[in-house]
Amino acid sequence: MSASTIDELETTAAAADSPTTDHGGRVLSQLDALEAEAILVIREMVGELERPALLFSGGKDSVVMLHLAVKAFWPAPIPFPVLHVDTGHNFPEVLEYRDETVERLGLRLEVASVQDYIDDGRLRERADGLRNALQTQPLLDAINEHRFDGVFGGGRRDEEKARAKERIVSLRDEFGQWDPKNQRPELWNLFNPRHRPGEHVRVFPISNWTEVDVWSYIERENIPLAPLYYAHEREVFQRDGMWLAVGPYSQPREGETVETRLVRYRTVGDMSCTGAVESPARTNAEIVVEVAASTLTERGATRADDRISEAAMEDRKKEGYF
Amino acid sequence: MSPHEVLRSSFAPLRREDPDMTTTTVPTTGTLLRLATAGSVDDGKSTLVGRLLHDTKSVLSDQLAAVERVSRDRGLTAADLALLTDGLRAEREQGITIDVAYRYFATARRSFVLADCPGHVQYTRNTVTGSSTADVVVLLVDARKGVLEQTRRHLAVTALLRVPHVVVAVNKIDLVDFSAEVFERVNAEVQAVARELGVEDAIAIPVSALDGDNIADRSTRTPWYAGPTLLELLESLPPSDDPTREAFRLPVQLVIRPQGAARDEAHRDYRGYAGHVASGVVRVGDEVVALPSGKRSTVTGIDLGKRSLDEAFAPQSVTLRLADEIDISRGDVIASVADAPEPTQDIRGVVCWLGDAPLRPGQRLLLKHGSRTVQTAVRAIDGALDLDDLQAVPSEALSLNDIGLVTLRLASPVPVENYSTSRRGGSFLLIDAHDGRTVAAGMVGATLPTSADAPTQPEGDEEWDI
Ligand SMILES: Nc1nc2c(ncn2[C@@H]2O[C@H](COP(=O)(O)OP(=O)(O)O)[C@@H](O)[C@H]2O)c(=O)[nH]1
Ligand SMILES: [Mg+2]
Repeated sequence: MSASTIDELETTAAAADSPTTDHGGRVLSQLDALEAEAILVIREMVGELERPALLFSGGKDSVVMLHLAVKAFWPAPIPFPVLHVDTGHNFPEVLEYRDETVERLGLRLEVASVQDYIDDGRLRERADGLRNALQTQPLLDAINEHRFDGVFGGGRRDEEKARAKERIVSLRDEFGQWDPKNQRPELWNLFNPRHRPGEHVRVFPISNWTEVDVWSYIERENIPLAPLYYAHEREVFQRDGMWLAVGPYSQPREGETVETRLVRYRTVGDMSCTGAVESPARTNAEIVVEVAASTLTERGATRADDRISEAAMEDRKKEGYF
Repeated sequence: MSPHEVLRSSFAPLRREDPDMTTTTVPTTGTLLRLATAGSVDDGKSTLVGRLLHDTKSVLSDQLAAVERVSRDRGLTAADLALLTDGLRAEREQGITIDVAYRYFATARRSFVLADCPGHVQYTRNTVTGSSTADVVVLLVDARKGVLEQTRRHLAVTALLRVPHVVVAVNKIDLVDFSAEVFERVNAEVQAVARELGVEDAIAIPVSALDGDNIADRSTRTPWYAGPTLLELLESLPPSDDPTREAFRLPVQLVIRPQGAARDEAHRDYRGYAGHVASGVVRVGDEVVALPSGKRSTVTGIDLGKRSLDEAFAPQSVTLRLADEIDISRGDVIASVADAPEPTQDIRGVVCWLGDAPLRPGQRLLLKHGSRTVQTAVRAIDGALDLDDLQAVPSEALSLNDIGLVTLRLASPVPVENYSTSRRGGSFLLIDAHDGRTVAAGMVGATLPTSADAPTQPEGDEEWDI
């Protein structure tokens, strides 16, 4: 192709960008397009499924998903309950935020408690004390008990390489298992969550959002978050290249020194395995800039559980994890 | 020295000028381009996607380190960039792509969604998945091998799906001594197939995905090539077919009627039709028609959450309020009055058959169009595409991955449109009612290339009352 053809193409692209003539030519911004897709998915599942639920941890991705659900049904209330799998090692500020949000939106909250499972012997604490992998059983039991046939999750494809393979509407068999080698085709924006009795679907409305998109949206929509997402002073110690908070479930071992640092959280999971990052960012706008310039993925920077093996996430997902 | 540094120094350098790699995933104001790869297995699709990500500095350092570590463990002398997308255990073990991987990156000019698709014939359903939403398909061809069966199949799928742009990457040009003659020969071969399938301008670029020639950086080893690099071309492609230029359609997903559950007393009597604008533009005051009932009303409000809009356009998700309380429920389509489609119970079109068991005449299935699902029966299979001579041939049944022309009878009227007029109004799914599987991608009104269009007559018409 000659250079002049390229120039022509650019002119066409520019012309198509210019807004509002009466013959089309309108283009949604990237955030608006992502919002529209997520709302389409949420509504379609409510139309197709009998008993959906939304996984709500109080973490930023689930908060964004909940915000989208509010928009999808406004002025009617969200027509499904939210489900939280509480590891027993959650940050207290996140639990507080979770409860406030549920209260504010008038939602029904179901909690599946990992601690209960450990207390009555259905699950055993792992030697390393990490509880992320222990969430799968309580999650699947809750899905069965409440007969949920679809569960919305805040997973994003840019988070992790197994998640990059996930459909927006993704089938789970009667054991809750994901079979990545035999996924259902997903064509255009025609979503099909039909399944046999006993099976269910996991639905990821914000699949196509990146971490920067999430923060840009939080900034644009002014969505309140738990305070630990913003820079604050905290007592931390370094382990495996991450800053872990000093707390009931994460105590420094010998040789690990406690320091007070200005940190914030990029992801919020189990206290024992979620690291903070050093950051002065106190506002959403500052976080957008910081995330855009980051040289580490959010999980690489903050999650011990994903460092265990190359396929840690895939293995957990196959068993029925989020 | 950390183990990491040892690894770096013993590795073939990945031409990276900037050692502390900053990501370029900044928010851009440009338009979004969705790209899908296609082409036969081992033609270099995953390597090309990895190369695009790498050379635009979109790979974060921990991801790159992980890929380098795995490559080294396998005794490779350079990082295998295909591992950036081949993320499943089974994919890594076998060195193949099984399912689509989605990756995101942005340059100063545009944001991209990359869908890296598999090449194997048994995973064609995944390739159809990846290309159904694509604005551009990058078709890879191994310069040494030229056009293979999968190249034809994928090009046929791309043509049928009417993906707006096709770029042909003649890959592994390093393995043919950067020969202009080989490039021209392979390109001519691809263009011939493309023309037969009705794909107009498929622009070809000589590339080495492995070394990065003409991907993000212009190669000095192909001085005979004066065209753009792949990235330059992708950055300058016109966005897509523009759905806002088509007539207004909104498939109704839900009726929003909070009644006593309204969180605000003022909304007790609210009644709105929630859906996404599949095509076109709608304004407050527009006269609209509900399909299939044909009842008319006027738009009195457009809501997006709490916000009221004067107009909405594709692909926005909104809620419409109408002047009259007409009977509209989930599955109906709200359309502009002027050119509203005639609901029909008879459809002819092309399907990509993705079911494990073959499709035969007489079979009953579900058809999903927009937000409506209806029962359907297959009246006839009118032909299947032969990938060797790219012609429709008579066929008793469609097997997995076949592309065929079918006639369907629907249990109730659906306002379908021709896929060639509207990708949104003309696409449908076929679903197995027993297990819920999606078994076909369908395009209303599409045809297959034939020398003589002689469809077999449907038999036993009287049996088709459903
Ligand atoms: N020499 C050379 N090898 C390549 C090139 N592109 C890909 N390969 C190799 O071809 C093989 C298959 O590549 P892959 O990206 O997995 O192909 P896919 O099946 O189309 O995704 C791998 O061994 C790659 O390293 C290229 O441009 N030149
Ligand atoms: Mg591949």
